[in-house]
Amino acid sequence: MKARQKRLIFVLLGVVAVVGASFLITKAMQGNLAYLYAPEAVLAGEVPTGKVIRLGGLVKEGSLQRSDTKLEARFVVTDNRGHEVTVVTNKILPDLFKEGKSSVSRGILKEGVFYAEEVLAKHDANYMPKEVTDILKKEHTPTTKTIGETK
Amino acid sequence: MSFNWFKYSAPMNFYPLAGKLVPIFWLLALTLTGFGLYWGFFQTPDVLSEQKQYYRIIFVHVAASWMGMWLYAMMVFWGLVGLVFNTKLSFMMAKATSVTGAFMATIALVSGAVWGKVSWGTWWDWDPRLTMSLILLFLYIGYMALQSAIDDPRRADKASAVLALVGLAIVPVIYYSVNCPNPNECASLHQESSFKGVESNILLSMLVTALGFWMYSFAVILMRVRNVILAREINTKWVSELSDTNQ
Repeated sequence: MKARQKRLIFVLLGVVAVVGASFLITKAMQGNLAYLYAPEAVLAGEVPTGKVIRLGGLVKEGSLQRSDTKLEARFVVTDNRGHEVTVVTNKILPDLFKEGKSSVSRGILKEGVFYAEEVLAKHDANYMPKEVTDILKKEHTPTTKTIGETK
Repeated sequence: MSFNWFKYSAPMNFYPLAGKLVPIFWLLALTLTGFGLYWGFFQTPDVLSEQKQYYRIIFVHVAASWMGMWLYAMMVFWGLVGLVFNTKLSFMMAKATSVTGAFMATIALVSGAVWGKVSWGTWWDWDPRLTMSLILLFLYIGYMALQSAIDDPRRADKASAVLALVGLAIVPVIYYSVNCPNPNECASLHQESSFKGVESNILLSMLVTALGFWMYSFAVILMRVRNVILAREINTKWVSELSDTNQ
């Protein structure tokens, strides 16, 4: 075997090892625990109390309440499968923070309530003009309007 | 007679060829990037369903992030070719690629931080995608540090090529940190990257800009590799002849 072929084999083995390592890292990163806990995990008691963790999920429609006198805000994080956790924060909520959208909060779980010291908004990978999504929404929501009645 | 590729694996022959290619790549880079960014900044919707004008940082951010990953793969490729075939030029290409790759990875992180501050509400979070992208930048820096830490270029090349290969493991992880088959399983702050929900003007201008970034990378890598060739072949006959004719 020539030296070049030997080197080629060594390099190929190296590549295989790296691909394997990469696969294992990817596997290890699956499972929410790498970054955040879902409401389901909180309710199941899998979350350490009194430690700073992240909670992720959808902000429940109609759940956002702001205090009149303080900066405090409360909202419910849900996974749309019935698992819900109340979040309390006195930090400014980001511009994209909206009911029905995803958010990631960092804070401490105490007696079933999540006290967030930071609330972040997630956004999806949809880059569609507002008008288009508005039209799509209209088409998909059943309307009671009769034909001929336009706005 | 067919085109002889191996002729250009000799630094002496590649040097003038690279010199001829540089202006072509510069022209393509400026045209494509300029056109893509004009398209992206002025011919795309102002307000999206979720995000406002600030989403336009995507044109720089995505192109730079892609280049950060592709250039790393390219750097590893040249390093491996060098390891197997013992060709001087491929190591020089790897070395030249590393700087541009680190530059792109930095742009990706900085533009992402700005975007993240406006949309998510934070400059930085230890989200899997963000963390892995930072590690990629550190790998570039590590590569360059190792290159310059070893005085003998041949040993420096081999050692850093092996380091680069080991680091390659991170590239698919970056990709899959937001694109894993079951999105519920790998939670991240960063959105998944998918073209499905992207308006066609936004998508096309993004792709054109990315192509422009490719051309820019080729241009500066070739310029840099010319410098590396001169620095390493300084004691050869052809370089001294070159400097004689230029005087």
